[in-house]
Amino acid sequence: MVIGAGHAGLATSRFLTDRSIDHVVLERGDVANSWRRERWDSLRLLTPNFQSRLPGLHYEGPDPDGFMTAGEVVDFITRFATIARAPVRTQTTVTSVTRTDEGYHVETSNGPIACRALVVASGACNRPNVPAVRGSIPASIRQFTPFDYRNPDQLPQGRALVVGASATGVQLAAEIQRSGRPTTLAVGEHVRLPRLYRGRDVLWWMDVSGVWNQRYDTIDDLTRARGLPSPQLVGTPERATLDLNALAALGVQLVGRLSMVRDGRALFSGGLRNLFALADLKMERLLDTFDDWARTTRLDADIAEPERFEPTRPPDASPLQIDLRTGEVTSIVWATGFRPDYSWMHVPVVDDKGHLRHEGGVVDSPGMYAIGLPVLRRRKSTFIHGVEDDAREVTEHLAGYLARR
Amino acid sequence: MAMTTVNNGVNVQALLDAREALKGAPEATQFTWRASCKWQTGTHSMTNVGGFFGLGQEQQHKTETSFSADHPEIFASEDKGITPIEYVLVGLASCLTAGIAAVAQNRGIQLRSVESKLEGKMDIRGILGMDSDVRNGYDDIKVTFKIDADASKKEIEALVAQSQKRSAVYDVIANPVNVTVEVA
Repeated sequence: MVIGAGHAGLATSRFLTDRSIDHVVLERGDVANSWRRERWDSLRLLTPNFQSRLPGLHYEGPDPDGFMTAGEVVDFITRFATIARAPVRTQTTVTSVTRTDEGYHVETSNGPIACRALVVASGACNRPNVPAVRGSIPASIRQFTPFDYRNPDQLPQGRALVVGASATGVQLAAEIQRSGRPTTLAVGEHVRLPRLYRGRDVLWWMDVSGVWNQRYDTIDDLTRARGLPSPQLVGTPERATLDLNALAALGVQLVGRLSMVRDGRALFSGGLRNLFALADLKMERLLDTFDDWARTTRLDADIAEPERFEPTRPPDASPLQIDLRTGEVTSIVWATGFRPDYSWMHVPVVDDKGHLRHEGGVVDSPGMYAIGLPVLRRRKSTFIHGVEDDAREVTEHLAGYLARR
Repeated sequence: MAMTTVNNGVNVQALLDAREALKGAPEATQFTWRASCKWQTGTHSMTNVGGFFGLGQEQQHKTETSFSADHPEIFASEDKGITPIEYVLVGLASCLTAGIAAVAQNRGIQLRSVESKLEGKMDIRGILGMDSDVRNGYDDIKVTFKIDADASKKEIEALVAQSQKRSAVYDVIANPVNVTVEVA
């Protein structure tokens, strides 16, 4: 049984079908549900169209360098479900999973199902992760998460504070600022990337240089790699870079990490410069890796010259405190990451941080597997095209488990 | 008790005069405190403090002081000095204590003894990189004063409150500050 009919669950279903393993895919809503219901209006994929590949399906449209809207992603995944003839049961919410002698007992909104093996493909982003400090925000301020934010028009007039500088945070800060609401972005640890490098999409480089293929068991600090914020990227027709310099040029005010809210005042860390330096250094090391790859593969001649980008500019004046009671700030958007929801999982495989205990997708309980989690087996694991290799290998392990029983 | 009979060893009149004089000289109020540090070996370092800038010119302490900092033997270090994070407690304790003396003098309260114990709680999983959710530094600092003075408990509590309100070290611990670290 596969829980979740997103791209990861459906890719796994495809490989199960190839091996003639009888299965069902349970889906709480419709295929690609989170892309239908849990995305803001302007969101497009971070990966360019030419990277939209699933086993047996790839983008064939006129704009390989463009980026799919959420609606186009729904269509793409739905088409894949049809082509793969995935046995999906929609509108079937899993409410409980327990261990039995034969495998697992799964309670759903449409009744119980027993299975010998289970693939958890319910995603890594089921709930917005909002820090406890949200409880200290004055009641006059409207609070949003990426799950209830749709577009800037929902926000009251006045200054917006966006907390978090991952892809979500930079995208929302930019569009809120452009809507005429002055915007402050609280910046913690972040991953800076240019949209284009030497004329090619930066994610093309990630792919061809092998960086994305790095396996989970060769990464020094896997916990850190799995917890990295998403890179500061946006998919737009202009293929524009959306780093902190770009946001500052738009007029977004950059402040340090939100440390605490005390007596109605938000306090921001004074460590902004170091976070800039760290992100700049990491980006330069990555670009060095790309250049090395281009040199050794003798592709240098076909690609534009190596380039380096301006360091992130420290703001001239960056407040360390903002009084949230003056009425200037009217809304806060929490772009502080997401968490999986395993509240239905009654097998002891969830660690104290709320993550599944697994080794490359082989969960710490016989016959249970995971797919579509960050750096599950490779750095590319959560990207659409990145799931194919993982799903093939996880399915192979699952087939071996069933054969041994 | 008349103010003239109180002597806590703080020249409050000089401080009040200075405040008056500095009203017309904003550049003189800009101070820069300095320290210079040199690595010895292992986790051991020596930090010297002598000169500073203030009242518009270079100033010098009567004596330059050296501070030895290291880590304890349970961290496989040689313990040639207290840990850097303990120096933070030194700074906080001495700043609050100086403040209490000055405020007491200004309020006409004779102090007989001012003692304090400080505790800073810290989870070392942060600095060891074991858990990114755990912060590196103190997550809680507690200061307990024992004060013997010619004043009621309420007056003493007010002294301690005012000393926190005007403490540079308390402020820099409890509130964020910009930090720039460069390689020259």
